[in-house]
Amino acid sequence: MSTYELTMPVSDEDIKKLKVGDVIFITGTIVTGRDDVHHRVVKQGKKFPVDIKGKAIFHAGPIMKQNDDGSYKVVSVGPTTSMRMESAQAEFLAKTGCKIIIGKGGMGPKTTQGCIDNVAVHTIFPGGCAVIAAEEVTKVSGVEWLDLGMPEAAWILEAEKFGPLIVSIDSEGNNLIDENKVLFAERKGPVVERIAKKLDFLE
Amino acid sequence: MDKREELTGLLSSFICHASSHLPDDVVARLKQMKEVENEGFAATIYDAMFENLKLADELKRPSCQDTGVIQFFVKVGTKFPYMDELADILKDAVLKATKEAPLRHNAVEVFDEKNTGNNTGYRIPWIDWDLVPGRDDIEVYLYMAGGGCSLPGFAKVLMPLEGYEGVVKAVFDQMTTYGVNACPPCLVGIGIAGSAEVAAKLSKKALLRPVGSHNPNPRAAMMEEEIEKGLNEIGLGPGGLRGKLSVMGVNIEQAARHPATIAVGMNTACWAHRRAGIRIGSDLSYEFFTHKGVTL
Repeated sequence: MSTYELTMPVSDEDIKKLKVGDVIFITGTIVTGRDDVHHRVVKQGKKFPVDIKGKAIFHAGPIMKQNDDGSYKVVSVGPTTSMRMESAQAEFLAKTGCKIIIGKGGMGPKTTQGCIDNVAVHTIFPGGCAVIAAEEVTKVSGVEWLDLGMPEAAWILEAEKFGPLIVSIDSEGNNLIDENKVLFAERKGPVVERIAKKLDFLE
Repeated sequence: MDKREELTGLLSSFICHASSHLPDDVVARLKQMKEVENEGFAATIYDAMFENLKLADELKRPSCQDTGVIQFFVKVGTKFPYMDELADILKDAVLKATKEAPLRHNAVEVFDEKNTGNNTGYRIPWIDWDLVPGRDDIEVYLYMAGGGCSLPGFAKVLMPLEGYEGVVKAVFDQMTTYGVNACPPCLVGIGIAGSAEVAAKLSKKALLRPVGSHNPNPRAAMMEEEIEKGLNEIGLGPGGLRGKLSVMGVNIEQAARHPATIAVGMNTACWAHRRAGIRIGSDLSYEFFTHKGVTL
């Protein structure tokens, strides 16, 4: 397990050296996008209005505050459940050339294949740690699709040493959370059986 | 300032404080768990969690960006002088706190599919009422129902021969799949009753009980302990990244069931369990009992 600092846009070579369990810190443009952004790009076929080739998509719906001059400031921005984007993520990667997915929890087989095909990674930012993440954003350089509302809009953030990001799916198709879930499922059976024996309350 | 304005202001401050600060019992349990989770990713994540809580306090910001759909569970004394206006006051407090905290806009009108932009909407904030005869005060519980922690929620009706075993199996199945994504270590709330909606509602009420508290029924308390111990053995760790523990606790609430059904409901509270409770008297004096020593 290694730690890397990467500056975006990143190359295929940068991504190929990353393995599940590595920790990365990234500098450059990160754009937020959740359910509605993925729906627009993949299901409705709309062009994503920001060039994120070699950059990062952040599964996050921030709290933003508008300054008097009309610009925005991030109050709080942490990762949301990545699994919600599973059905659309692979195609989103192919359409945008995005290389780094940031979210929380695992993603499934379609995204894993998408990471292989598009030489990309899924990474986990510690869930619920939204003030740390906000403090790593140096500037909000714009917003697109604000008609979707504050959480669903595509916020364009400039970040410095954004992390820690734990690589959870790498470009070889290894999937850290899937591996963990297999282990959890194995451990579950005997535990449930043991507890069940103590709970025959029916008369 | 008139009394209505004073009560709205007090409840708004209560919401703002809860968005940045976890209740005392949750912080105490997380500190205990941090001592145990001292290796690998688990240690890294716990460090980040506590650093985040510190920053949220210092910078006066919501600790998690998902400040949830606002839910109130109110025990209202039938002689409380502002009972007629309380629903409107709670809604006004949400509007005020949304600007002041600020909270994320989390109310999307169903069918219209538009975010209202102010955290209020049709039947939202959700208010659950319990009447307390003869009293002139109120007890308000706030729960910020985030998306991540709401996703594992479910309710279903089992047949009695599936027994309490069926309840345990359903909970473990959900916690080892959906629970992994819900920002563990979670507090698990379980409701057991005769129909789906009663079990579901009780599972949320179970989350309002303090971490480490026990159901007064000895069998229920035993079941809470066994499920907690069993889930911890699975070692979900913080964020599902593996560890020595899985959950902050398991709370069960029940209602008498139909002879032919055992319904189970489950809700999870993420580690950032933004629950708060306040008792407000008829003179608007208050006791912020989940966050001791805090003046609003």
